[in-house]
Amino acid sequence: MPREIEPSINQREFVLRALAQGKRLDGRVPLELRNVELEFGDELGWCTARLGKTAVLAHVSATIVRPRDDRPYEGFLIINSEISPMASSVYEAGRASEDEVLITRLLEKSIRRTEAVDREALCIIAGEKVWQLRLTLHFLSDSGNILDCASIAAMTALRHFRKPEVEVSGRDVIVHSPDERAPVPLAIHHTPLCVSFAFFPDLPPIIDPTHLESVLSSGTLTLTLNAQRELCVLSKAGGSALSPGEIMGVVRVGVERVRELVKIMEDALRSDQSNRVIEVR
Amino acid sequence: MASSRLEILNDGGLRHDARRPYELRSLSLELSTHPNADGSSTVSQGLTTVSASVFGPREPKQRAGSVHDKASVVVEVGVAPWAGAREVRRTRGDKRLLEIAAAIRQTFEPVIMTHLYPRSEIAVHIQVISADGGILPTAINATTLALVDAGISLIDYVTSLSLGLHLTQPLLDLSAPEEADLPTLVVAALPSGKVTLAQMETRLHVDRFEEMLTLGVEGCGVLKTEMDRVVKDRTTRVVERMDKVIQGRITGD
Repeated sequence: MPREIEPSINQREFVLRALAQGKRLDGRVPLELRNVELEFGDELGWCTARLGKTAVLAHVSATIVRPRDDRPYEGFLIINSEISPMASSVYEAGRASEDEVLITRLLEKSIRRTEAVDREALCIIAGEKVWQLRLTLHFLSDSGNILDCASIAAMTALRHFRKPEVEVSGRDVIVHSPDERAPVPLAIHHTPLCVSFAFFPDLPPIIDPTHLESVLSSGTLTLTLNAQRELCVLSKAGGSALSPGEIMGVVRVGVERVRELVKIMEDALRSDQSNRVIEVR
Repeated sequence: MASSRLEILNDGGLRHDARRPYELRSLSLELSTHPNADGSSTVSQGLTTVSASVFGPREPKQRAGSVHDKASVVVEVGVAPWAGAREVRRTRGDKRLLEIAAAIRQTFEPVIMTHLYPRSEIAVHIQVISADGGILPTAINATTLALVDAGISLIDYVTSLSLGLHLTQPLLDLSAPEEADLPTLVVAALPSGKVTLAQMETRLHVDRFEEMLTLGVEGCGVLKTEMDRVVKDRTTRVVERMDKVIQGRITGD
Protein backbone atom coordinates (compact mmCIF):
# COMPACT_ATOMS: atom_id res chain seq x y z
CA MET A 1 0.00 0.00 0.00
CA PRO A 2 1.45 3.40 -0.87
CA ARG A 3 2.09 5.36 2.25
CA GLU A 4 0.46 8.70 2.68
CA ILE A 5 2.78 11.63 2.05
CA GLU A 6 3.88 13.21 5.30
CA PRO A 7 2.99 16.87 5.77
CA SER A 8 5.90 19.18 4.96
CA ILE A 9 7.99 20.75 7.70
CA ASN A 10 6.58 24.20 6.88
CA GLN A 11 3.05 22.97 7.19
CA ARG A 12 3.83 21.27 10.45
CA GLU A 13 5.50 24.33 11.92
CA PHE A 14 2.62 26.53 10.83
CA VAL A 15 -0.02 24.32 12.43
CA LEU A 16 1.93 23.93 15.67
CA ARG A 17 2.74 27.64 15.98
CA ALA A 18 -0.87 28.56 15.39
CA LEU A 19 -1.92 26.04 18.04
CA ALA A 20 0.56 27.52 20.49
CA GLN A 21 -1.36 30.78 20.07
CA GLY A 22 -4.63 28.94 20.61
CA LYS A 23 -5.66 29.11 16.95
CA ARG A 24 -6.55 26.41 14.47
CA LEU A 25 -6.41 26.48 10.71
CA ASP A 26 -10.18 26.40 10.29
CA GLY A 27 -10.73 29.27 12.70
CA ARG A 28 -11.79 27.24 15.69
CA VAL A 29 -10.50 27.54 19.24
CA PRO A 30 -8.92 24.35 20.68
CA LEU A 31 -12.02 23.01 22.42
CA GLU A 32 -14.57 23.82 19.73
CA LEU A 33 -16.36 21.24 17.60
CA ARG A 34 -16.98 21.73 13.92
CA ASN A 35 -20.54 22.49 12.89
CA VAL A 36 -22.79 19.47 13.19
CA GLU A 37 -25.47 19.09 10.54
CA LEU A 38 -28.02 16.32 10.43
CA GLU A 39 -30.08 15.56 7.39
CA PHE A 40 -32.83 12.97 7.12
CA GLY A 41 -33.93 11.04 4.05
CA ASP A 42 -37.44 10.17 2.92
CA GLU A 43 -37.27 6.84 4.67
CA LEU A 44 -37.24 6.38 8.43
CA GLY A 45 -33.80 5.54 9.80
CA TRP A 46 -31.90 7.29 7.06
CA CYS A 47 -29.60 10.00 8.28
CA THR A 48 -26.56 11.88 7.03
CA ALA A 49 -24.35 13.51 9.63
CA ARG A 50 -21.84 16.16 8.70
CA LEU A 51 -19.04 17.37 10.89
CA GLY A 52 -17.46 20.13 8.85
CA LYS A 53 -16.44 18.41 5.62
CA THR A 54 -16.61 14.91 7.09
CA ALA A 55 -19.83 13.13 6.18
CA VAL A 56 -21.28 9.76 7.10
CA LEU A 57 -24.56 8.28 5.97
CA ALA A 58 -26.28 5.81 8.28
CA HIS A 59 -29.18 3.63 7.34
CA VAL A 60 -31.18 1.26 9.53
CA SER A 61 -33.32 -1.57 8.22
CA ALA A 62 -35.13 -4.41 9.96
CA THR A 63 -35.93 -7.98 8.97
CA ILE A 64 -37.43 -10.89 10.87
CA VAL A 65 -35.08 -13.81 11.57
CA ARG A 66 -34.71 -16.78 13.92
CA PRO A 67 -32.86 -16.01 17.18
CA ARG A 68 -29.82 -17.90 18.38
CA ASP A 69 -30.64 -21.05 20.32
CA ASP A 70 -28.76 -19.92 23.42
CA ARG A 71 -30.36 -16.45 23.40
CA PRO A 72 -34.01 -17.05 22.43
CA TYR A 73 -35.21 -13.62 23.64
CA GLU A 74 -32.64 -11.47 21.93
CA GLY A 75 -32.82 -9.75 18.58
CA PHE A 76 -29.78 -8.77 16.55
CA LEU A 77 -28.03 -5.54 15.80
CA ILE A 78 -25.59 -5.86 12.95
CA ILE A 79 -23.25 -3.00 12.14
CA ASN A 80 -21.86 -2.84 8.63
CA SER A 81 -19.07 -0.34 8.40
CA GLU A 82 -16.61 -0.78 5.62
CA ILE A 83 -14.67 2.30 4.72
CA SER A 84 -14.37 2.65 0.97
CA PRO A 85 -11.75 4.69 -0.88
CA MET A 86 -14.58 7.14 -1.62
CA ALA A 87 -14.06 8.69 1.83
CA SER A 88 -10.41 9.45 1.38
CA SER A 89 -7.48 8.19 -0.65
CA VAL A 90 -5.85 6.78 2.50
CA TYR A 91 -8.33 3.90 2.54
CA GLU A 92 -7.95 0.94 0.27
CA ALA A 93 -10.77 -1.16 -1.13
CA GLY A 94 -11.00 -4.71 0.13
CA ARG A 95 -8.20 -4.91 2.62
CA ALA A 96 -8.87 -3.28 5.96
CA SER A 97 -6.03 -1.07 7.17
CA GLU A 98 -5.16 -0.75 10.82
CA ASP A 99 -6.96 2.60 11.17
CA GLU A 100 -10.03 1.11 9.62
CA VAL A 101 -10.03 -1.84 12.03
CA LEU A 102 -9.70 0.52 14.97
CA ILE A 103 -12.55 2.72 13.75
CA THR A 104 -14.94 -0.18 13.21
CA ARG A 105 -14.01 -1.82 16.51
CA LEU A 106 -14.57 1.38 18.44
CA LEU A 107 -17.91 1.94 16.72
CA GLU A 108 -18.96 -1.56 17.54
CA LYS A 109 -17.93 -1.11 21.16
CA SER A 110 -19.67 2.20 21.55
CA ILE A 111 -22.95 1.18 19.94
CA ARG A 112 -23.35 -2.52 20.51
CA ARG A 113 -21.43 -3.28 23.66
CA THR A 114 -22.90 -0.31 25.53
CA GLU A 115 -26.35 -1.87 24.96
CA ALA A 116 -27.70 1.36 23.52
CA VAL A 117 -30.49 -0.57 21.79
CA ASP A 118 -32.55 -2.92 23.95
CA ARG A 119 -32.15 -6.18 22.09
CA GLU A 120 -34.71 -8.04 24.16
CA ALA A 121 -37.33 -5.56 22.99
CA LEU A 122 -36.68 -6.87 19.47
CA CYS A 123 -38.17 -10.26 20.34
CA ILE A 124 -41.45 -11.18 18.63
CA ILE A 125 -41.90 -14.87 19.56
CA ALA A 126 -39.28 -16.28 21.91
CA GLY A 127 -37.05 -18.81 20.20
CA GLU A 128 -38.71 -18.35 16.83
CA LYS A 129 -38.90 -14.82 15.52
CA VAL A 130 -36.93 -11.74 16.41
CA TRP A 131 -36.11 -8.50 14.63
CA GLN A 132 -32.70 -8.18 13.10
CA LEU A 133 -31.58 -4.57 12.78
CA ARG A 134 -28.95 -3.78 10.25
CA LEU A 135 -27.10 -0.52 10.66
CA THR A 136 -25.18 0.29 7.51
CA LEU A 137 -22.68 3.11 7.59
CA HIS A 138 -21.45 4.71 4.42
CA PHE A 139 -18.39 6.85 4.93
CA LEU A 140 -18.94 9.59 2.36
CA SER A 141 -16.01 11.84 3.00
CA ASP A 142 -13.24 11.88 5.57
CA SER A 143 -11.62 15.15 6.45
CA GLY A 144 -10.73 13.96 9.91
CA ASN A 145 -12.49 12.51 12.92
CA ILE A 146 -14.71 10.19 10.92
CA LEU A 147 -15.39 8.10 14.03
CA ASP A 148 -17.24 10.83 15.92
CA CYS A 149 -19.23 11.67 12.82
CA ALA A 150 -20.14 8.01 12.32
CA SER A 151 -21.31 7.64 15.90
CA ILE A 152 -23.54 10.70 15.59
CA ALA A 153 -24.98 9.41 12.31
CA ALA A 154 -25.51 5.92 13.72
CA MET A 155 -27.27 6.99 16.91
CA THR A 156 -29.43 9.53 15.09
CA ALA A 157 -30.47 6.92 12.54
CA LEU A 158 -31.30 4.43 15.29
CA ARG A 159 -33.43 6.98 17.09
CA HIS A 160 -35.08 8.06 13.84
CA PHE A 161 -35.89 4.54 12.74
CA ARG A 162 -39.24 2.88 13.44
CA LYS A 163 -39.94 -0.79 12.96
CA PRO A 164 -43.31 -1.96 11.59
CA GLU A 165 -45.88 -2.85 14.19
CA VAL A 166 -46.43 -6.60 14.55
CA GLU A 167 -49.36 -8.47 15.97
CA VAL A 168 -48.99 -11.94 17.42
CA SER A 169 -51.97 -14.27 17.54
CA GLY A 170 -50.96 -17.74 18.67
CA ARG A 171 -48.03 -18.66 16.46
CA ASP A 172 -48.96 -16.34 13.63
CA VAL A 173 -47.29 -13.01 13.20
CA ILE A 174 -48.96 -10.24 11.26
CA VAL A 175 -46.64 -7.44 10.15
CA HIS A 176 -48.59 -4.26 9.60
CA SER A 177 -47.42 -1.97 6.85
CA PRO A 178 -46.79 1.66 7.80
CA ASP A 179 -50.00 2.76 5.98
CA GLU A 180 -52.05 0.42 8.13
CA ARG A 181 -50.64 1.06 11.58
CA ALA A 182 -48.06 3.53 12.78
CA PRO A 183 -44.60 1.97 13.07
CA VAL A 184 -43.01 1.91 16.54
CA PRO A 185 -39.69 3.44 17.54
CA LEU A 186 -36.91 1.26 18.96
CA ALA A 187 -36.35 0.93 22.68
CA ILE A 188 -33.17 2.91 23.21
CA HIS A 189 -31.61 3.04 26.67
CA HIS A 190 -29.19 5.89 26.19
CA THR A 191 -27.38 7.78 23.47
CA PRO A 192 -23.65 7.10 23.56
CA LEU A 193 -21.62 9.44 21.38
CA CYS A 194 -17.92 9.55 20.61
CA VAL A 195 -15.71 12.58 21.08
CA SER A 196 -12.07 12.51 20.06
CA PHE A 197 -9.19 14.62 21.25
CA ALA A 198 -5.72 15.10 19.82
CA PHE A 199 -2.67 15.87 21.90
CA PHE A 200 0.47 17.78 21.02
CA PRO A 201 3.65 17.99 23.09
CA ASP A 202 3.55 20.98 25.47
CA LEU A 203 0.27 22.27 24.03
CA PRO A 204 -3.27 22.04 25.33
CA PRO A 205 -5.42 19.25 23.81
CA ILE A 206 -7.81 19.95 20.93
CA ILE A 207 -11.22 18.42 20.31
CA ASP A 208 -12.48 17.08 16.97
CA PRO A 209 -9.15 17.07 15.08
CA THR A 210 -9.09 17.47 11.31
CA HIS A 211 -7.11 14.96 9.28
CA LEU A 212 -4.00 17.13 9.20
CA GLU A 213 -4.19 17.77 12.93
CA SER A 214 -4.50 14.09 13.77
CA VAL A 215 -1.56 13.20 11.50
CA LEU A 216 0.61 15.81 13.24
CA SER A 217 -0.57 14.99 16.76
CA SER A 218 1.47 12.94 19.20
CA GLY A 219 -1.54 10.90 20.24
CA THR A 220 -5.32 10.82 20.24
CA LEU A 221 -7.92 9.82 22.79
CA THR A 222 -11.51 8.84 22.08
CA LEU A 223 -14.27 8.89 24.67
CA THR A 224 -17.77 7.54 24.34
CA LEU A 225 -20.10 9.26 26.75
CA ASN A 226 -23.81 9.67 27.23
CA ALA A 227 -25.92 12.52 28.54
CA GLN A 228 -26.12 10.81 31.96
CA ARG A 229 -22.42 11.53 32.58
CA GLU A 230 -21.49 7.90 32.07
CA LEU A 231 -18.25 6.96 30.42
CA CYS A 232 -19.00 4.06 28.08
CA VAL A 233 -15.75 3.58 26.18
CA LEU A 234 -12.40 5.20 26.69
CA SER A 235 -9.66 4.45 24.27
CA LYS A 236 -6.23 5.88 24.44
CA ALA A 237 -4.04 3.44 22.62
CA GLY A 238 -0.52 4.62 23.19
CA GLY A 239 0.68 7.96 21.90
CA SER A 240 2.22 10.52 24.18
CA ALA A 241 1.93 9.87 27.91
CA LEU A 242 -0.57 11.94 29.87
CA SER A 243 -1.02 12.48 33.57
CA PRO A 244 -4.29 11.26 35.13
CA GLY A 245 -5.18 14.92 35.67
CA GLU A 246 -4.90 15.68 31.95
CA ILE A 247 -7.11 12.68 31.12
CA MET A 248 -9.74 13.75 33.64
CA GLY A 249 -9.60 17.25 32.14
CA VAL A 250 -10.60 16.04 28.68
CA VAL A 251 -13.22 13.70 30.18
CA ARG A 252 -14.88 16.71 31.80
CA VAL A 253 -14.80 18.65 28.53
CA GLY A 254 -16.19 15.56 26.77
CA VAL A 255 -19.15 15.37 29.15
CA GLU A 256 -20.13 18.95 28.24
CA ARG A 257 -19.71 18.46 24.50
CA VAL A 258 -21.74 15.25 24.45
CA ARG A 259 -24.55 16.98 26.27
CA GLU A 260 -24.53 19.68 23.55
CA LEU A 261 -24.40 17.08 20.80
CA VAL A 262 -27.35 15.15 22.22
CA LYS A 263 -29.31 18.40 22.34
CA ILE A 264 -28.52 19.16 18.70
CA MET A 265 -29.57 15.62 17.80
CA GLU A 266 -32.83 15.83 19.71
CA ASP A 267 -33.70 19.20 18.18
CA ALA A 268 -33.06 17.82 14.69
CA LEU A 269 -35.16 14.74 15.38
CA ARG A 270 -37.99 16.89 16.75
CA SER A 271 -38.00 19.26 13.79
CA ASP A 272 -37.97 16.32 11.39
CA GLN A 273 -40.86 14.71 13.19
CA SER A 274 -42.95 17.86 12.94
CA ASN A 275 -42.47 17.86 9.16
CA ARG A 276 -43.23 14.21 8.66
CA VAL A 277 -46.52 12.37 8.83
CA ILE A 278 -46.04 9.03 10.55
CA GLU A 279 -49.24 8.58 12.44
CA VAL A 280 -52.67 10.18 12.26
CA ARG A 281 -54.61 10.39 15.46
CA MET B 1 -24.41 -17.07 31.63
CA ALA B 2 -22.82 -19.13 34.32
CA SER B 3 -20.40 -16.43 35.36
CA SER B 4 -23.15 -14.02 36.40
CA ARG B 5 -23.82 -16.20 39.45
CA LEU B 6 -20.24 -15.80 40.61
CA GLU B 7 -19.78 -14.00 43.89
CA ILE B 8 -17.35 -11.25 43.03
CA LEU B 9 -16.63 -10.19 46.59
CA ASN B 10 -17.80 -12.29 49.53
CA ASP B 11 -18.80 -11.10 53.02
CA GLY B 12 -15.27 -11.56 54.25
CA GLY B 13 -14.03 -9.12 51.60
CA LEU B 14 -12.32 -11.82 49.54
CA ARG B 15 -12.58 -12.38 45.79
CA HIS B 16 -13.44 -15.67 44.09
CA ASP B 17 -9.80 -16.73 44.08
CA ALA B 18 -9.32 -15.70 47.75
CA ARG B 19 -7.54 -12.47 46.93
CA ARG B 20 -8.19 -9.17 48.64
CA PRO B 21 -9.44 -6.31 46.41
CA TYR B 22 -6.05 -4.66 45.93
CA GLU B 23 -4.06 -7.89 45.79
CA LEU B 24 -2.35 -8.74 42.51
CA ARG B 25 -2.12 -12.27 41.15
CA SER B 26 1.12 -14.18 41.51
CA LEU B 27 3.59 -12.65 39.11
CA SER B 28 6.40 -14.43 37.36
CA LEU B 29 8.82 -12.62 35.08
CA GLU B 30 11.39 -14.48 33.03
CA LEU B 31 13.93 -13.03 30.63
CA SER B 32 15.53 -14.60 27.52
CA THR B 33 13.11 -17.46 27.19
CA HIS B 34 13.39 -17.67 23.41
CA PRO B 35 16.65 -19.17 22.12
CA ASN B 36 16.95 -17.26 18.84
CA ALA B 37 15.27 -13.92 19.39
CA ASP B 38 17.32 -10.79 20.11
CA GLY B 39 15.29 -10.37 23.25
CA SER B 40 12.46 -12.32 24.81
CA SER B 41 10.47 -12.74 27.96
CA THR B 42 7.65 -14.78 29.45
CA VAL B 43 5.32 -13.12 31.89
CA SER B 44 2.68 -14.90 33.96
CA GLN B 45 0.10 -13.03 35.92
CA GLY B 46 -1.98 -15.65 37.67
CA LEU B 47 -3.11 -18.10 35.00
CA THR B 48 -2.44 -15.75 32.10
CA THR B 49 0.88 -16.45 30.41
CA VAL B 50 2.23 -14.42 27.54
CA SER B 51 5.57 -14.76 25.83
CA ALA B 52 7.07 -11.96 23.78
CA SER B 53 10.05 -12.07 21.47
CA VAL B 54 11.76 -9.11 19.90
CA PHE B 55 13.74 -9.21 16.67
CA GLY B 56 15.76 -6.22 15.69
CA PRO B 57 16.70 -3.55 15.15
CA ARG B 58 17.14 -5.16 11.75
CA GLU B 59 16.65 -4.33 8.10
CA PRO B 60 12.91 -4.05 7.37
CA LYS B 61 11.42 -7.17 5.82
CA GLN B 62 9.40 -4.94 3.54
CA ARG B 63 11.06 -2.01 1.85
CA ALA B 64 7.97 0.13 2.30
CA GLY B 65 8.27 -0.31 6.06
CA SER B 66 11.44 1.72 6.42
CA VAL B 67 11.35 5.30 7.64
CA HIS B 68 14.38 7.44 6.92
CA ASP B 69 14.81 9.01 10.36
CA LYS B 70 13.52 6.44 12.83
CA ALA B 71 12.83 2.77 13.40
CA SER B 72 9.44 1.32 12.60
CA VAL B 73 7.80 -0.94 15.15
CA VAL B 74 5.86 -3.99 14.01
CA VAL B 75 3.73 -5.99 16.41
CA GLU B 76 2.02 -9.29 15.81
CA VAL B 77 -0.21 -11.03 18.32
CA GLY B 78 -1.21 -14.68 18.25
CA VAL B 79 -3.25 -16.77 20.63
CA ALA B 80 -2.40 -20.43 21.03
CA PRO B 81 -5.40 -22.65 20.26
CA TRP B 82 -5.21 -24.27 23.68
CA ALA B 83 -4.92 -20.95 25.51
CA GLY B 84 -8.53 -21.14 26.60
CA ALA B 85 -9.56 -17.66 25.55
CA ARG B 86 -13.21 -17.32 26.53
CA GLU B 87 -14.29 -15.82 23.25
CA VAL B 88 -14.58 -17.77 20.05
CA ARG B 89 -11.49 -19.12 18.33
CA ARG B 90 -9.09 -16.34 17.58
CA THR B 91 -7.43 -16.53 14.22
CA ARG B 92 -4.63 -14.41 12.83
CA GLY B 93 -6.74 -11.87 11.02
CA ASP B 94 -9.16 -11.43 13.90
CA LYS B 95 -10.09 -7.79 14.50
CA ARG B 96 -9.67 -8.10 18.26
CA LEU B 97 -6.13 -9.35 17.88
CA LEU B 98 -5.32 -6.63 15.36
CA GLU B 99 -6.66 -4.12 17.87
CA ILE B 100 -4.46 -5.47 20.65
CA ALA B 101 -1.46 -5.42 18.32
CA ALA B 102 -2.18 -1.83 17.32
CA ALA B 103 -2.54 -0.81 20.96
CA ILE B 104 0.83 -2.36 21.81
CA ARG B 105 2.53 -0.77 18.81
CA GLN B 106 1.17 2.66 19.61
CA THR B 107 2.10 2.28 23.27
CA PHE B 108 5.72 1.47 22.54
CA GLU B 109 6.36 3.77 19.57
CA PRO B 110 6.83 6.86 21.78
CA VAL B 111 8.65 4.88 24.49
CA ILE B 112 11.29 3.26 22.28
CA MET B 113 13.95 5.77 21.25
CA THR B 114 13.22 5.10 17.61
CA HIS B 115 15.42 7.97 16.39
CA LEU B 116 18.48 5.93 17.41
CA TYR B 117 17.71 3.23 14.84
CA PRO B 118 16.97 4.96 11.50
CA ARG B 119 15.81 2.85 8.53
CA SER B 120 15.39 -0.24 10.70
CA GLU B 121 12.60 -2.35 11.99
CA ILE B 122 11.86 -3.65 15.48
CA ALA B 123 9.53 -6.64 15.33
CA VAL B 124 7.65 -7.77 18.42
CA HIS B 125 5.94 -11.15 18.32
CA ILE B 126 3.51 -11.94 21.09
CA GLN B 127 2.08 -15.32 21.80
CA VAL B 128 -0.63 -15.82 24.38
CA ILE B 129 0.07 -19.23 25.88
CA SER B 130 -2.73 -19.31 28.38
CA ALA B 131 -5.49 -16.78 28.88
CA ASP B 132 -7.29 -16.03 32.11
CA GLY B 133 -8.15 -12.38 31.77
CA GLY B 134 -5.91 -9.41 31.13
CA ILE B 135 -4.25 -10.43 27.87
CA LEU B 136 -3.41 -6.86 26.93
CA PRO B 137 -1.76 -5.80 30.22
CA THR B 138 0.27 -9.01 30.44
CA ALA B 139 1.33 -8.62 26.80
CA ILE B 140 2.48 -5.05 27.46
CA ASN B 141 4.50 -6.16 30.49
CA ALA B 142 6.07 -8.98 28.47
CA THR B 143 6.93 -6.59 25.63
CA THR B 144 8.67 -4.16 28.00
CA LEU B 145 10.84 -6.94 29.39
CA ALA B 146 11.60 -8.38 25.95
CA LEU B 147 12.67 -4.95 24.67
CA VAL B 148 14.89 -4.47 27.74
CA ASP B 149 16.33 -7.93 27.13
CA ALA B 150 17.06 -7.06 23.51
CA GLY B 151 19.01 -4.02 24.69
CA ILE B 152 16.80 -1.57 22.82
CA SER B 153 16.87 1.96 24.23
CA LEU B 154 13.67 2.83 26.05
CA ILE B 155 12.66 6.04 27.78
CA ASP B 156 11.49 4.02 30.75
CA TYR B 157 9.62 0.88 31.76
CA VAL B 158 5.99 0.65 30.67
CA THR B 159 3.89 -1.43 33.03
CA SER B 160 0.27 -2.30 32.69
CA LEU B 161 -2.56 -3.52 34.86
CA SER B 162 -6.28 -4.20 34.54
CA LEU B 163 -8.74 -3.10 37.16
CA GLY B 164 -12.47 -3.37 37.67
CA LEU B 165 -15.16 -1.88 39.81
CA HIS B 166 -17.54 -3.92 41.93
CA LEU B 167 -20.31 -1.63 43.26
CA THR B 168 -18.00 1.02 44.69
CA GLN B 169 -15.00 -1.20 45.39
CA PRO B 170 -12.17 -1.17 42.84
CA LEU B 171 -10.46 -4.53 42.28
CA LEU B 172 -6.97 -4.88 40.85
CA ASP B 173 -5.67 -7.38 38.29
CA LEU B 174 -8.86 -9.14 37.14
CA SER B 175 -9.18 -12.79 36.23
CA ALA B 176 -11.35 -13.87 33.30
CA PRO B 177 -14.61 -14.46 35.27
CA GLU B 178 -14.27 -11.06 36.92
CA GLU B 179 -13.45 -9.40 33.62
CA ALA B 180 -16.67 -10.76 32.14
CA ASP B 181 -18.81 -9.28 34.93
CA LEU B 182 -17.26 -5.95 35.83
CA PRO B 183 -16.50 -2.68 34.11
CA THR B 184 -12.84 -3.12 33.20
CA LEU B 185 -10.14 -0.52 32.73
CA VAL B 186 -6.70 -1.33 31.38
CA VAL B 187 -4.00 1.17 32.28
CA ALA B 188 -0.40 1.29 31.10
CA ALA B 189 1.80 3.84 32.77
CA LEU B 190 5.36 5.06 32.95
CA PRO B 191 7.04 5.19 36.38
CA SER B 192 6.62 8.99 36.27
CA GLY B 193 2.89 8.35 36.76
CA LYS B 194 1.98 9.34 33.21
CA VAL B 195 -0.57 7.17 31.44
CA THR B 196 0.38 5.90 27.98
CA LEU B 197 -2.58 3.61 27.43
CA ALA B 198 -6.05 3.57 28.93
CA GLN B 199 -8.84 1.42 27.61
CA MET B 200 -12.28 0.88 28.97
CA GLU B 201 -15.25 -0.81 27.37
CA THR B 202 -18.12 -0.78 29.83
CA ARG B 203 -20.36 1.88 31.29
CA LEU B 204 -19.02 3.66 34.30
CA HIS B 205 -19.85 6.95 35.97
CA VAL B 206 -17.26 9.66 35.32
CA ASP B 207 -16.63 10.29 39.03
CA ARG B 208 -15.75 6.64 39.69
CA PHE B 209 -13.38 6.60 36.74
CA GLU B 210 -10.98 9.11 38.26
CA GLU B 211 -10.51 6.96 41.36
CA MET B 212 -9.80 3.89 39.24
CA LEU B 213 -7.31 5.70 37.04
CA THR B 214 -5.17 6.90 39.96
CA LEU B 215 -5.35 3.49 41.58
CA GLY B 216 -4.27 1.84 38.33
CA VAL B 217 -1.27 4.13 38.00
CA GLU B 218 -0.27 3.26 41.57
CA GLY B 219 -0.56 -0.47 40.80
CA CYS B 220 1.63 -0.03 37.72
CA GLY B 221 4.31 1.41 39.99
CA VAL B 222 4.36 -1.81 42.02
CA LEU B 223 4.86 -3.87 38.87
CA LYS B 224 7.70 -1.59 37.82
CA THR B 225 9.58 -2.32 41.08
CA GLU B 226 9.23 -6.05 40.43
CA MET B 227 10.42 -5.75 36.84
CA ASP B 228 13.35 -3.60 37.84
CA ARG B 229 14.40 -6.21 40.40
CA VAL B 230 14.29 -9.03 37.85
CA VAL B 231 16.24 -7.07 35.24
CA LYS B 232 18.91 -5.96 37.75
CA ASP B 233 19.19 -9.48 39.15
CA ARG B 234 19.86 -10.88 35.73
CA THR B 235 22.27 -8.15 34.75
CA THR B 236 24.25 -8.70 37.95
CA ARG B 237 24.57 -12.38 37.12
CA VAL B 238 25.66 -11.65 33.56
CA VAL B 239 28.28 -9.19 34.77
CA GLU B 240 29.59 -11.70 37.32
CA ARG B 241 29.92 -14.33 34.62
CA MET B 242 31.68 -11.90 32.29
CA ASP B 243 34.07 -11.01 35.08
CA LYS B 244 34.87 -14.66 35.62
CA VAL B 245 35.57 -15.15 31.91
CA ILE B 246 37.87 -12.14 31.83
CA GLN B 247 39.68 -13.25 34.98
CA GLY B 248 40.04 -16.70 33.50
CA ARG B 249 41.72 -15.20 30.44
CA ILE B 250 44.12 -13.20 32.55
CA THR B 251 45.17 -16.14 34.69
CA GLY B 252 45.33 -18.30 31.56
CA ASP B 253 42.79 -21.01 32.54
